[in-house]
Amino acid sequence: MLAKRIIPCLDVTGGRVVKGVNFIDLIDAGDPVEQAQFYDEEGADELVFLDITASSDGREILVDMVRRVAERIHLPFTVGGGIRSVEDMRQLLRSGADKISINTAAVENPTLISAGAKAFGSQCVVVAIDAKRKDKSWDTYTHGGRRSADMDAIEWAKKAVELGAGELLITSMDCDGTQSGFDNNLLARISEETSVPVIASGGAGTVQHFIDAVETGKADAVLAASLFHFRKLTIEEIKKEFLKNGIPIRIPA
Amino acid sequence: MISIVDYEGGNLFSVVKAFEFLGAEPRIITQPKDYDGGKIVIPGVGEFGDAMRALNERHFQDFIHKVAADGVKILGVCAGAQILFERSEESAAVAGLSFFENKVRRFSPGGKIPHMGWNTLEICRRNALLKSIKSGEYVYFAHSFYVPADDLDFEIAHCEHTNRFTAIVNDRNIFGVQFHPEKSQKTGMQILRNFIDL
Repeated sequence: MLAKRIIPCLDVTGGRVVKGVNFIDLIDAGDPVEQAQFYDEEGADELVFLDITASSDGREILVDMVRRVAERIHLPFTVGGGIRSVEDMRQLLRSGADKISINTAAVENPTLISAGAKAFGSQCVVVAIDAKRKDKSWDTYTHGGRRSADMDAIEWAKKAVELGAGELLITSMDCDGTQSGFDNNLLARISEETSVPVIASGGAGTVQHFIDAVETGKADAVLAASLFHFRKLTIEEIKKEFLKNGIPIRIPA
Repeated sequence: MISIVDYEGGNLFSVVKAFEFLGAEPRIITQPKDYDGGKIVIPGVGEFGDAMRALNERHFQDFIHKVAADGVKILGVCAGAQILFERSEESAAVAGLSFFENKVRRFSPGGKIPHMGWNTLEICRRNALLKSIKSGEYVYFAHSFYVPADDLDFEIAHCEHTNRFTAIVNDRNIFGVQFHPEKSQKTGMQILRNFIDL
């Protein structure tokens, strides 16, 4: 049976991790390979690297980082941040990334989704959506949550899937950073109205939040950052609780 | 020695690095004349039809049939395993390498498509590729098309998502895996090690 996935997200800039695991004896906490190895050993099902510089200046550095991670880690990982063309995608995928996440670029140029899906297959194209509640619906934001795209997030999710997105990474801007739980209404709506896997992001604070995200929010995977980095919760703890609750999850061999 | 066929594929690098990690000496071949003996790996690329066209442009199709007839051990990975079959619903007009009879199908709506993530192997025939591997071990999948589980002789392991499908196939010297062993942590590494040791 297909397992639910637990995904730590690492922020990088200039090929270095700036938001990763803290409070442990890493020789070099900025080293993406060390960070990836740590989470691999802890039982992460996948990793997300988010380049927060999000400019094409550092592309070579990012490609090199992807290569170094893929050399050592035998786990799938997604790379996002500032990817604007099929050529960018090709370079990262050929360097060992499994999936490419696009956000602002997909809103500005939706054909990037279809072009990426045609060139590499839908399974390589993740569309990330930053959603913020607006009355009874959700608005889509771009540019790291700074700008409203004036588009309904659920309609955008449906369109992205029609264009060829193979996965949706849904971040609730209202819940992000609050550690008070995911926006399960948003997640469930998107999960029910689209056919692709949904990754829940924004709001993780307790094990129960993870359980709620998959049970109520119907998410296929759950992503968190600070919670894992500051060791408030470990992936192992979450996976144990999932098993107790009868939720399919992979316990590493 | 392991030769990895490069036909502008996606995750070539990870496959190469996985074999290096295991102490094999992988070598990328971009045309048949680069081949210098040993086993062959065909990694996955996007679409079935595109993959076959790219293979043909580089004159790999006849080459693969020839070395297969000579007994060279060949492993197809993900889309590289699908093209070992006759046809695919993904590109109905294009013929595959046809080592295995059956047609690659698209997952029917109902479950999430692509089938993405860790799922369990259900071993139905013991096989050298599965040395030290048990039913119930997780491997990483990312695909929208599948070969149905029809209880044919070449089906070695199944998996289930909406319906049962083949996860590993083998007939004589030809092997195919629908998942990504190079991304399947210890279980995946063991399967690749078994291929090296064949």
